[in-house]
Amino acid sequence: MLEQLEGSRAVARTVALCRPEVIPAYPISPQTHIVEALSAMVKSGELAPCEFVNVESEFGAMSVAIGASATGARSYTATASQGLLYMAEALYNASGLGLPIVMTVANRAIGAPINIWNDHSDSMSQRDSGWIQLYVESNQEAVDTHILAFRLAEELSLPVMVCMDGFILTHAYERIDLPSAEQVDGFLPAYEPRQVLDPAEPVTIGALVGPEAFTEVKYLAHVKQMQALDLIPELSRELSGVLGREQDGLLRRYRCEDAETIVVALGSVLGTIEDAVDELRERGVSIGAVGLKAFRPFPLEDVRAALGHAARVIVIEKALALGIGGILSQNVRIAIAGSAAHVYTVIAGLGGRPITAASVCRLCEDAAAERLQPLTFLDLNSELVERELERTRARRRSGPHAENMLRDIGVVAAGPV
Amino acid sequence: MFQIRIHGRGGQGVVTAAELLSLAAFREDRYAQAFPSFGSERTGAPVVSFCRIDDHEIRTREPVSEPDALIVQDPTLLHQVDVFGGLRSDGYVLINSTRSFDELGLGEWTQGFHHERLLTVPAWDICRRHIGQMRPNAALLGGLAALTAVVSLESVTQAIESRFAGNLAEGNVAAARACFEHVIAARQMYVDA
Repeated sequence: MLEQLEGSRAVARTVALCRPEVIPAYPISPQTHIVEALSAMVKSGELAPCEFVNVESEFGAMSVAIGASATGARSYTATASQGLLYMAEALYNASGLGLPIVMTVANRAIGAPINIWNDHSDSMSQRDSGWIQLYVESNQEAVDTHILAFRLAEELSLPVMVCMDGFILTHAYERIDLPSAEQVDGFLPAYEPRQVLDPAEPVTIGALVGPEAFTEVKYLAHVKQMQALDLIPELSRELSGVLGREQDGLLRRYRCEDAETIVVALGSVLGTIEDAVDELRERGVSIGAVGLKAFRPFPLEDVRAALGHAARVIVIEKALALGIGGILSQNVRIAIAGSAAHVYTVIAGLGGRPITAASVCRLCEDAAAERLQPLTFLDLNSELVERELERTRARRRSGPHAENMLRDIGVVAAGPV
Repeated sequence: MFQIRIHGRGGQGVVTAAELLSLAAFREDRYAQAFPSFGSERTGAPVVSFCRIDDHEIRTREPVSEPDALIVQDPTLLHQVDVFGGLRSDGYVLINSTRSFDELGLGEWTQGFHHERLLTVPAWDICRRHIGQMRPNAALLGGLAALTAVVSLESVTQAIESRFAGNLAEGNVAAARACFEHVIAARQMYVDA
């Protein structure tokens, strides 16, 4: 049914339709509205049977999810930012043990400097944790992808992270077509675990494995994750039929069949990029966009097929790998290794800086005119950086960068000069 | 696409205003996107929210930098925040104030804009009378409906009724109607003048 809903509430109601049996959660912005709504549904009895566990930390949240999942309960949680880092050790256990937990990451920057706004630093930091990572462009896609995530997780017995941009999506009200319980039940059968802690049939989940088999267990985890490359498109086709809405599968192509320049990105910025593509097409620029839904596993072949003919690939990414630059662009480069395309890394939208269609258009025009650097920071205030560098050259005890720069732009007025 | 930016202070329902406006547009079978400016919002601190309304799906996620309409819920922001930044020259402005643009010291600023699209409404008085709470968000949406016709008054009141219950809903609906009437009367004075 069509409703005008906040993204967080739409996700919470969808998760409830997926009938999770245990939800351990710890609040952190911008994820909090999701688990608040779920806790209210558990309390009112709307979501039953389900146990909502108020835990003491994100580490606790993932640990409870692991325990619950191992006993055969469908388990769900949500987090963001430092919360995701705090559960890092448990994340590896969830994936290493092959437990199909579904988690929403409401993407938010990682401090320091402390910042509550959106970028992809948090989920990107856990890209090699063994979790499948799916990124969504809109709240409708967030709704549909959560349903897919539970089925995918349980088919493969692997955990899945659904990454949605914090605030930009979680706090946006827009038109959502929420599926019915019948639709979700038709697609997502009751959880039948591939392994379960059962006193009647004792097994060890989490055995110590030495050098004799550690590589093989890890290799198998990789093989299982790679199976998602076939399973995601297959399940997406099935879900398209159930919901009557086309699901993207591993990636989404936008006007890129004949495009000389293709912009690649993850998440909600794709909407703005698609608007920019339309604008540039009207000006006669040969351009398109590719949005990746699956980042782990990384769909090398599909990315190569989508980008293979392009002369220029501009990767806009909301995370920065300090000391090298891009993360998504490194993966894209592997996918199209051997092609003649120039790959540009553009770091954008860090800590909530808006990415505007005007900036994206300027970027694409710079690339077409061969003015774009291989590594570019979109809308960087170079003057601000230069002033701070000058201070560090002038004085050894030049003070903290963050405060100095805030004072320069007038956000911090008080304090020592 | 019609884009609205709403300025106010934490506690005045700025974010809820954008949400209600998007609900009103949704009721008219239009696409609407409402979102806050994502600050660490605190009571009394300047807060901004946005709403886009269109006949097609809205894809962009950037903040509204060139609004077609502005609502200023708190007149004390006028000389503290650049509330008019990026306003289109054919744009609309609705300020919660008992004073006129000239009296607010904005006479010079209004040059180059359509004067009949720039109005003030005494929303505090209207809130006091109808709601008993100093939260002018829903009331001003009634004013916006009259000023721009981007949504109807009926859609605004239905949105209020779907979001609030009991006395709060009744009071806000009455306040939205009062603001609507005030703006209609004020615009009539322009036509007559």
